[in-house]
Amino acid sequence: MLGRSANGMFWLFRYLERAENISRLIEAGFRMALTRDASDASDEWRSLIVTLGLRRAFEARHGKEYTGPHVFNFILRDRDNPGSVLAMTEEARTNARMVRGGITREVWESVNDGWMRLKEALARPVPETRLGDVLDLVRRQSTQVRGAMEGTMLRNEIYNFARMGSFIERADNTARILDVKYYVLLPSVSYVGTSLDNVQWENVLRSVAGERAYRWLNAGRMDPRGIAEFLILDGRFPRSLAFCYSKLRSNLASLAREYGNEMHCHEILRDADCQFHQATIEGIFEQGLHEFIGKFIRANTALALQIQRDYRFTE
Amino acid sequence: MTKPLPSSYDEMLNADGSVRPAYAGYCQWHDEQTPDLLRRKGSEAEAFFRRTGITFNVYGNEDAEERLIPFDMVPRIVTAQQWRKLSRGIDQRVRALNAFLHDLYHRQEIVRSGRLPARLLKGNVAFLPEMVGFTPPGGVYTHIVGIDLVRTGEDDFMVLEDNARTPSGVSYMLENRETMMAMFPELFTRVRVREVSDYPRRLARSLAACAPPACKSNTPVVAVLTPGIYNSAYFEHAFLADQMGAELVEGSDLRVENGRIAMRTTRGYQPIDVLYRRVDDEYLDPLTFNPGSVLGVPGIMDVYRGGGITIANAPGTGIADDKAIYSFMPEIVEFYTGEKPILQNVPTWRCSEAEALKYVLDNLADLVVKEVHGSGGYGMLIGPTSSKKELAAFEAKLRARPENYIAQPTLSLSTVPILTRAGLAPRHVDLRPFVLVSPNGIDITPGGLTRVALKKGSLVVNSSQGGGTKDSWVLDD
Repeated sequence: MLGRSANGMFWLFRYLERAENISRLIEAGFRMALTRDASDASDEWRSLIVTLGLRRAFEARHGKEYTGPHVFNFILRDRDNPGSVLAMTEEARTNARMVRGGITREVWESVNDGWMRLKEALARPVPETRLGDVLDLVRRQSTQVRGAMEGTMLRNEIYNFARMGSFIERADNTARILDVKYYVLLPSVSYVGTSLDNVQWENVLRSVAGERAYRWLNAGRMDPRGIAEFLILDGRFPRSLAFCYSKLRSNLASLAREYGNEMHCHEILRDADCQFHQATIEGIFEQGLHEFIGKFIRANTALALQIQRDYRFTE
Repeated sequence: MTKPLPSSYDEMLNADGSVRPAYAGYCQWHDEQTPDLLRRKGSEAEAFFRRTGITFNVYGNEDAEERLIPFDMVPRIVTAQQWRKLSRGIDQRVRALNAFLHDLYHRQEIVRSGRLPARLLKGNVAFLPEMVGFTPPGGVYTHIVGIDLVRTGEDDFMVLEDNARTPSGVSYMLENRETMMAMFPELFTRVRVREVSDYPRRLARSLAACAPPACKSNTPVVAVLTPGIYNSAYFEHAFLADQMGAELVEGSDLRVENGRIAMRTTRGYQPIDVLYRRVDDEYLDPLTFNPGSVLGVPGIMDVYRGGGITIANAPGTGIADDKAIYSFMPEIVEFYTGEKPILQNVPTWRCSEAEALKYVLDNLADLVVKEVHGSGGYGMLIGPTSSKKELAAFEAKLRARPENYIAQPTLSLSTVPILTRAGLAPRHVDLRPFVLVSPNGIDITPGGLTRVALKKGSLVVNSSQGGGTKDSWVLDD
């Protein structure tokens, strides 16, 4: 396949994944804000903007007025925000058009249909009463595209590049959420075990759609170390770092089988993958959670770049 | 059903309102449908086109970056007998076009014989000196041709234009049929219509038959070269590549390697044998033509002349569909085939000739005037529907550069009904059959693309100017 098409598949799925993850973040933020008084709610909305690295752009647009509608409309649809959910969906669709010949009609139609619906839903500012519907739409689009992929695509190189895009992006997103919220998970003197802590912890889980899975596995007990372990090391949870990397390993392995040789990115992956097999959550906390996550994000970026280089995504 | 227009030949109805034989089966079915159902199917079809992304881009129109070409559900029907005659005429014309191109780039017998003035070639940008003395692989110049036909009476089909460069629209021919079959399957069990769906396979086969000398394999690698996703016909490029199982490449994917054109794949550079390019000559090779082009491949012309790749259509074929050359097509057909032309030209005045210019200026209000190098319905004058002011402005342009224009009578194009809110209403149509040329022969897909002027009375069928399309049927015997 063309290097440019591999690039298109990779980014089509990165953008879709990112749009989905952003919408989960908004949902978690919205829920937090609902349960707080006005000034705390505003703090929650600000923290969402910070998590997404949009503080400067947002304040240039709205000043320090962190109201819900300002924040979620900025994240969802603002033209001044090149990383808006709408922009991501448009980018995804542009990539899908570019690789139209590499995807099935079902996959193309679910991408195109999702884009048309979202464009319509985001044509005007979204009021709080419709926010739930819009977020639902974003999630449903991802689910639909994934389903179409699963059900109709050949398991070949094209599929593997698509999946690698998804998992590189998902690992990055989970790590970034951990990176901004890590202090919530650190043992602290003042707040340990208060109900506020519980809400904060649950919010971290909610941001990655893991609250139910975690509760189910832990019989309702919340503890920060357990949550960190769950999001980093639990290979059963589809948004954990370990899960993303086990998938990346199998996608890269199947590429190597198809092509008959391994590339430099395979080596990088093996090194990165080791850390999940040998690491314990105790070790990670000892090393420093923040440091661990920072290192992971850098390594993940390096892996993505190496894949792009090894498979000639660009000249 | 509304009456046919008194001034034009209606393909469905006789002047007395009775149904012509070609439409007998269709009309019987149509009468059994409720208007409501047909309208609902119409909006279903539109939603279907949007969802599948069958759109075209309009240049310079930011709001409507992607538009749909309106689809009308009433098919355009040609009988088997009419089609046989048309195919013979098309076959003859396409043979002549290829022989003409070969001659122009070699001995120019037609100029020597005095049948074609040499001045038509001198300084004509469509004539490429780079092609002189070179014969493309298999001797084929126009691998894909679209012949635009108009009809003015029962047996009067005329060629309005030959598209010998990169004719587009075949994806609409295919999707229109798919749509009709999906919406009205029972209709196709009642009326036997000849298949068009194997066009991509025939195209792939036809292109593969023109592999260059450097190709050593039995299965040549074919790729479609597109200017990219912002091109107006991108959908079609992607569609055809997909249907042929060929790679869809852009200039930036390609480079010259060991005397071949190679595409950058995830496993390294791989040579291409046949390049179906949907990029104009001018942009094909920045080293040879427009140096600013980023759409083409630097050095591809050298590779081409060295036998490393087949370019379809061959560079320089544009000289054959130049509108100034068009008026010589009857002579061209006769010169190369030794036969009388089966299909007639539309009478054409070459404004470069003093006598013709005088006639055109005297009768401007009754004529259609076209730019010699124009296309897409831009830059043309339709006398009868133009204001005094527009006529005067055009007259000034004509006087300033007469050689830049040709004129034709305003034809009363045939009509086929479209479905409107008020029921069926006649609208003017043309027809573009698609023709494939390979060393194995000429292959004409039965039917083609029918374009229809959706505005009442309008004669402009171009999609960029509010035209729509119809499914085109050739009846099976």
